[in-house]
Amino acid sequence: MDSSGAHVKDDLIDTRHGCILYIEEVTVSFDGFKALNDLNLFVDDGELLCIIGPNGAGKTTMMDVVTGKTRPDEGTVFFGQNLDLTQMTEFEISHAGIGRKFQKPTVFLNHTVFENLELALHTNKGIWQSLTKTLNGKQREIIEEGLETIGLKNQKNLRAGLLSHGQKQWLEIGMLLAQDPRLLLIDEPVAGMTHQETEHTAELLKSLAGKHSVVVVEHEMDFIRSIANRVLVLHEGHVLAEGKMEEVQNNPKVIEVYLGS
Amino acid sequence: MIKQIIKLHSLKGWLFTFSLLGIAIILLPLLNIFAPENSFLHIPDYMFSLFGKYLCYALVALAIDLIWGYTGVLSLGHGVFFSLGGYAMGMYLMRSIGKEGVYKSELPDFMIFLDWKELPWYWWGFDSFIFTFFVILIMPGLFAFIFGYFAFKSRIKGVYFAIITQAMTYALMLLFFRNNTGFGGNNGLTDFKKILGYSLQEPSTKMSLYILTAIVLFIFYVVARFVVQSKFGRVLTAIRDSENRVMFSGYNTLNYKLAIWTISAFICGIAGALYVPQVGIVNPSEMQPSNSIEMAIWVAVGGRGTLSGALVGAGLVNGAKSWFTVAAPDYWLYFLGILFIVVTLFFPKGFVGIFSRLRIKRKGNQNG
Repeated sequence: MDSSGAHVKDDLIDTRHGCILYIEEVTVSFDGFKALNDLNLFVDDGELLCIIGPNGAGKTTMMDVVTGKTRPDEGTVFFGQNLDLTQMTEFEISHAGIGRKFQKPTVFLNHTVFENLELALHTNKGIWQSLTKTLNGKQREIIEEGLETIGLKNQKNLRAGLLSHGQKQWLEIGMLLAQDPRLLLIDEPVAGMTHQETEHTAELLKSLAGKHSVVVVEHEMDFIRSIANRVLVLHEGHVLAEGKMEEVQNNPKVIEVYLGS
Repeated sequence: MIKQIIKLHSLKGWLFTFSLLGIAIILLPLLNIFAPENSFLHIPDYMFSLFGKYLCYALVALAIDLIWGYTGVLSLGHGVFFSLGGYAMGMYLMRSIGKEGVYKSELPDFMIFLDWKELPWYWWGFDSFIFTFFVILIMPGLFAFIFGYFAFKSRIKGVYFAIITQAMTYALMLLFFRNNTGFGGNNGLTDFKKILGYSLQEPSTKMSLYILTAIVLFIFYVVARFVVQSKFGRVLTAIRDSENRVMFSGYNTLNYKLAIWTISAFICGIAGALYVPQVGIVNPSEMQPSNSIEMAIWVAVGGRGTLSGALVGAGLVNGAKSWFTVAAPDYWLYFLGILFIVVTLFFPKGFVGIFSRLRIKRKGNQNG
């Protein structure tokens, strides 16, 4: 195992069939409760996919499985056609090019905004490099650009703990971008954001699709409507419906789970 | 690299650090030699062993601060690494007694007492200082590395980790208590005579050991500063605050924790090795669980996550201990317990935290 932090090259991820993430027949159970139940889910390279579903539908567990936090009891998870994610650790998966934003914004509260991005930055993440190397000009530039994108240029020397909730959400997205991932998994990006911030986030995510593949899990329907191309409804651990937003919204099965009760 | 080291402190910071070093290794010895005996400026000989002891404790506090204060991994077992370094040095000192022991034998006294005929294999090599030196550098770190590898690999964290370190130090204490283990049982190793041919009773040897300890402490302070101010250090604090995020950012946190854990044990082992010739004894009580807890308290009192805090804490608590054990020996442990509770509840950033808070307040008043 190469733990020195060498990066998996982009061309090592085989996306010739147009898909970047393959989740096949995955089952995860916790004490008999099936959080994921025979889940089949495919993400196209470069698409922006939205996943919705009531609480307990298995959205977060799905992300845990993809990022190596939880191992599936059954089924396979492949990144491209060639990387078996169920055999990799969290940091290897991150190196392979998958970034994740948590439901609760998770940034380093005691570090400045700049340092947060520095730590996330795509570079060799081995011990020796961290100990001896300092940022070069190019890397500083990337960080400055990142600060611009997430609108935190003026707060760059502020401790991240002092940011507002929405700013933390953005900082976390900025950290993901600094990792330069192929696939972004984003859990509830607009929770706790003002209307304006939400709009801004929608624009940001839309601009990422194409260059990156993006999977967004969200409750906020208006937000999804504003960004979604393809929507997937998760219910009791498997896919209930998928398609365009309007199709999904008019699907009787979806109406029943969402609005029936 | 050199540029990075110079940048560790502001000019004022470096001046301050160097003046402290200067006071410790030049001014105090000069006062001992040149100030007249009855003047209040005179520093008596016996003080240097005491100062030396404090400096060793400060080194331990520095080591614990790296792993606890900065990385958030609370160890209540650093007494083990301290003892391993101490025992290695003790074995060398035992071997340099030669035939000057009570039984006038080639073997250490306690072995004669146990009626052992020859030196056990694990005592081989300790006649040589060079050999001992390498054992001191390698053993505590190696032991920590193996222990840490399994603990961190199994993702043992927080309180659970603290508890198994307590179990570790307790188990080793019991092992060293046994006479058959071959390290002098509950008496430990003592009655040392010489180090590198110099008598340990000589004031000049004591002073040299003290000066050496001060220099070693200075060096490791700079090393620690370098570590915590590098990106490596920022990764460590990030692990403390949100290990998941660090992993998902592509860092192998196991390697990082293992590295700083091993470095910490390494420093602690050296502190133990410097401590033993200055106090003249090492025995299993160094591995009492309460001893390791006390070490963590030094850091908590001084201020976690600031290097100066660790040093100040070790000095303050041990200074208080020296005073109490003379003036009111029965109350020392009560005092220590209360101190720990008060600090944890009201001054989570320790002694140094109080000062920086005052400074910020004063600045605020000036501005307002």
